[in-house]
Amino acid sequence: MNGMISMAYLFSAVMFILSLGGLSSHETARRGNLYGMVGMIVAIGATVAGIAAGAYWLVAIAMAVGAVIGLTLAKRVAMTQMPQMVALLHSFVGLAAVLIGWGGFLDPRVSLTGAAHLVHNTEIYLGIFIGAITLTGSLVAFGKLQGLISGKPLMLPARHWLNLAAILACVVLGALFIPSDLNPGTVINLLIMTSIALLLGIHLIAAIGGADMPVVISMLNSYSGWAAAATGFMLSNDLLIVVGALVGSSGAILSYIMCRGMNRSFISVILGGFGSDGGEVAEGEIEGEAVATSYDELAADLESARSVIIVPGFGMAVAHAQQAVSDLTDRLRKQGKTVRFGIHPVAGRLPGHMNVLLAEANVPYDIVLEMEEINDDFPDTDLVLVIGANDTVNPDAVEKPGSPIAGMPVLEVWKAGKVVILKRSMASGYAGVANPLFYKENARMLFGDAKESLQAVLAKLSKAGQPVAAEA
Amino acid sequence: MIIAIPRETAPGEARVAATPQSVKRLRELGFSVVVEKGAGTRASFTDEAYIEAGAEVRGDIKQCLEGAGLVLKVQAPTDEELALIPEGATLVAFLKPAQNAELLQKLADKKINALAVESIPRISRAQKMDALSSMANIAGYRAVIEAAHNFGRFFTGQITAAGRIPPAKVLVIGAGVAGLSAIGTAKSMGAVVRAFDTRAEVREQVESMGAEFLTVDIEEEGSGTGGYAKEMSKEFIEAEMALFREQAKEVDIVITTALIPGKPAPKLWLADMVDSMAEGSVVVDLAAEMGGNCDYTVADEKVVKNGVTIIGYTNLPSRAATQSSSLYATNLAHLLSDLTPEKNGEININFDDEVIRGATVVKSGEITWPPPPPKITAQPKPVEKKPEPQVAVEAEKPKKKSPLSILAFWAVAGALLLWLGRVAPAEFVSHFTVFVLSIFVGWQVIWNVTHALHTPLMSVTNAISGIVIVGALLQVGATGSWLVTLLAFVGVLVASINIFGGFFVTYRMLKMFRR
Repeated sequence: MNGMISMAYLFSAVMFILSLGGLSSHETARRGNLYGMVGMIVAIGATVAGIAAGAYWLVAIAMAVGAVIGLTLAKRVAMTQMPQMVALLHSFVGLAAVLIGWGGFLDPRVSLTGAAHLVHNTEIYLGIFIGAITLTGSLVAFGKLQGLISGKPLMLPARHWLNLAAILACVVLGALFIPSDLNPGTVINLLIMTSIALLLGIHLIAAIGGADMPVVISMLNSYSGWAAAATGFMLSNDLLIVVGALVGSSGAILSYIMCRGMNRSFISVILGGFGSDGGEVAEGEIEGEAVATSYDELAADLESARSVIIVPGFGMAVAHAQQAVSDLTDRLRKQGKTVRFGIHPVAGRLPGHMNVLLAEANVPYDIVLEMEEINDDFPDTDLVLVIGANDTVNPDAVEKPGSPIAGMPVLEVWKAGKVVILKRSMASGYAGVANPLFYKENARMLFGDAKESLQAVLAKLSKAGQPVAAEA
Repeated sequence: MIIAIPRETAPGEARVAATPQSVKRLRELGFSVVVEKGAGTRASFTDEAYIEAGAEVRGDIKQCLEGAGLVLKVQAPTDEELALIPEGATLVAFLKPAQNAELLQKLADKKINALAVESIPRISRAQKMDALSSMANIAGYRAVIEAAHNFGRFFTGQITAAGRIPPAKVLVIGAGVAGLSAIGTAKSMGAVVRAFDTRAEVREQVESMGAEFLTVDIEEEGSGTGGYAKEMSKEFIEAEMALFREQAKEVDIVITTALIPGKPAPKLWLADMVDSMAEGSVVVDLAAEMGGNCDYTVADEKVVKNGVTIIGYTNLPSRAATQSSSLYATNLAHLLSDLTPEKNGEININFDDEVIRGATVVKSGEITWPPPPPKITAQPKPVEKKPEPQVAVEAEKPKKKSPLSILAFWAVAGALLLWLGRVAPAEFVSHFTVFVLSIFVGWQVIWNVTHALHTPLMSVTNAISGIVIVGALLQVGATGSWLVTLLAFVGVLVASINIFGGFFVTYRMLKMFRR
C-alpha cells in the first residue's frame, strides 16, 4: 500500500512539473493547468485512500466547503483584482501550514528520539514560522491592494531593529523549543513564536509601498512554497517537499525578475520605503512645457499614424480602461495599422498583470510584447500611447545617471515620432521622480480618466475613420 | 501693384517664375499679373492657361515689364532686361548675391529693390518658401535620371531566364536635400545605395531613406550654421579620400552634391578615383556650377573619361521644368504672401521680419547683403557627449566573480552538506536530496515560463501549493486528539479553497488568451 501511495505521489509530482512547464507558451498553458488538476486529484485520492475510513466524512465536508468558497471566489474575481486574489490565496497556504505544523506538534502518534526528534522539531518550528509570516504578510498585501489599508509604506521608528529583534527572539525560542518534548512550557514557547512571526509578517509587508507589491506577492508566493516544503519535511512526505520546492523557486524567480525590472536589489525592496534612504529627488530641474492635446488631435494623430504602440501601466487597471483600449486596438487594426503593446516587467501590481487584463479585453496575445522585444522598435513607430504608466517610461532612467531610478530598464517611448500620455494629472509616479518625458518636444498630454478619454477618441475616430476602413 | 513674369532668356533655362496655379494665388493677394508671351511654354504652361487664371499676356518683354512694381524671375536679369525694369520696382529671383556684387551694384544704382531667393534663411518658418530646397530636391531626382539615362544597365537587380542582372551600386556624396532626394530616387529604382556626409546628424535621415551610411573612423562634426556643412580638417579629408578610393572600385554611379556656402565646391572625386571606376560607370556632379566635386567635371557638359561618363549639367531643375516651375512659383507665392500682410496688392519690405530681412539684398538703393546670421539653426546643436553615462554603464556590469570565491562558496556548501549528512537521520537526508533536486528542477522549469503568463503561473502555483492538504489529510481523524483533528479539518478546508480557487481562476485566465 505504501509503495502504491508513493508511486501515486511520484506521478502527481511529475504532473505538477509538467503543469508549470506547460506555462512556457500560450499554446500549452491550458494543458498545463489540466496536468496540475490531474496531479492534485491523484495526490488527494492516494492520500485519502491511505487514511482511516472513519475520517472520510470529515474530509468530504471540509473539502466541499473549501471548494464552494474557492470556486465562488475564483468565479467572482475581476481580472483587475487578481493581485488581491493571489495574495489572499497565499495567506490560505500560510494558514494551512501553520495549522498543520501545530497539528504535527500536537500529534500524539509521533514519538521520536535523538536526532530524528531534533530534526522533526526544527521542521515544525520552521514550518510554523514561515507559514505565519506568509499568512499575515499576505493578508496585509491583500489589504493594501484592496485599498483596505493605505498603500503607503508604514515607517515605524527603528523598524529594521524591530525586525531583527523579532527574528532573534524566534531563534532563541527555537533553540529552547527544539530539544524539548511536548509539555505545557513548549506549547507556550511555540505560541509566543507563532505570535511573533504573525506580527513580523504584518510589519514586514506594511513597510513596503503599493507599487512594490509585484515583488512582495512573488516573494510571498515563494514563502508559501517553502512553508509547504517545511511541512513536507515534518511529515516525511516527498510530494510536499517537491511541490514546495517548485513553488518556492517559482516565487523566487518571479521576485528576481521584478527586482531586475526595477533595477533594485531584493533586499532594498524587502526592507521597504522607497526613496526614504537618501535617494535624491529631482525637483524642478526640468525645463520646458508640457503640451496638452485634445480628443480631436489624438484622433487625427491615430488616423495618420501607420504604426502605434500602446504602453499600459497600473493606471489602465485603475481606470478599468482595458476594454476601451481593446476597442481602439480593434478599430486601428481594421484600418490596417500596426498596433502593438509594450509591457514593462513591473507594470501593474502582479507579474504579468497587464497581459491578463489585455487578454480579458480580447486583445490577441501575439501583439502584446515584452519590453526587450519592443524597445528597439520605438524609433520606427509613429505614435505611442502611454496609458497610466509613468516611472516605466521615464527617460531619466537612461539619460540621467544621478536620478533615483537611474539604470532601471524603461520603455524608450520618447524615441517614437510622437508620444501621447493619458494621465489624470502631472503628478509624479510611485518613485516620486518627475518625468521629463512629459516635457519632450514630441510628447503630448491628454489629461483625464483614461477610459473616458479613450472612448471619446474612439467616438471621434468612428466618424473620421470609417471611410478609410471602407476604402481599404 | 502689377507683377511681371518675363520669359527666361538664359540659355538652357526652361523654368518660369509663375504658373497658372500661382497666378491665382497672387491675384488673391491683390496683385494683377502680366505674363510675357510664351513665358511658360517650355515648362508646358500655355498662354491660354495663364489667361484663364486671370493673367494678362503681353507680346514682348518690354511691354511685359512696363509699369511693373514687382518682377518675378528665375535667373538673374541680363543687362538688357535690367534696363527695362522700372525704377523703384522690386525684383525676386536667384541672384547669387555672393558671386554677383556687380549685379547688386547695378540694381542699387537703378534703385531696384531685390530679394534673392537663395538668401531666404533656412529656418522652420521659411521652409514653405525655401526655393533652394525645392530645386535641390528636383536636382537630386534628375541627377539619378541623368545617371540612369547614361548608364547601360538596370538599376534594379533581377533574375531572368536570360540570366542574373546585378543591381546598380550608387554612391551619393553629401546628404543634403539633393543628396537625400537622389538616395530616395535611386533606392526606389532598385539600386543599392550608399551615402556619405561629414555631418553625423544626417545618418538617421540617410538610413530612413534606405541607404547605407558610410563613415570614416575620425570623429569630427561637420555641421556649420544654417544646416550647411563646414570645411573639414586635413586628417578627416584624407580618411574620406581613402574611403572613396575603396568605393570607387565598387560603385557604378556616383552622385556628388557637396557644397560649402560661399566657397568653390570641394574636390572629392579625384581623377584617380574616376580612372579606377568600371567602364560604363557614371558620375553626376551637382556642384558643377561651383567648380565641381569631380576633377573631370566640365560645367554644362557631359564628358567621357576612361569610359566613365561625367555629367556636369548645372541646371538640372530646368530639365524637369514643369515640376520645378510649379514648386518655385509656389515658393514665391508664399514669400509674397509674407511680403503682403494686408493682402492689398502692395508689398512691404519689413526688415523686422527675419525672413524678409534675410532675403533682401538691395533696398532703396542700398546693398543690404550679407544679412545678419540667422538666429536659429534648423538642426539643434549636438550636445557634448558626457563621459558620466559611460561610467554608470560600466559600474552596472556584474562584477565577475573570482574563481577563488566560487571555490570558497562550494567548499563551504560542501562542508555543510557533509556535516548535515553526518548528524541528520538517513530519512532526512533522502528527503533533503529530493528537496534540493526539486529546487533545481523548479528553477529550470520556471525560467521557461513566458512573462505574459506570470499571473497564471502565480495562480497555478497557488493551487498547487494547496498540496499541503495532504499534510492535513494525514492528520485528520486518525490521531485520537480532537484538537489535532480540528486543526487538520480547518487545514483541509483552507487548502481546498486554494486548490479549487487557484485552478479555476487559472482556467478562467488562460481561456481569455487568444491569438
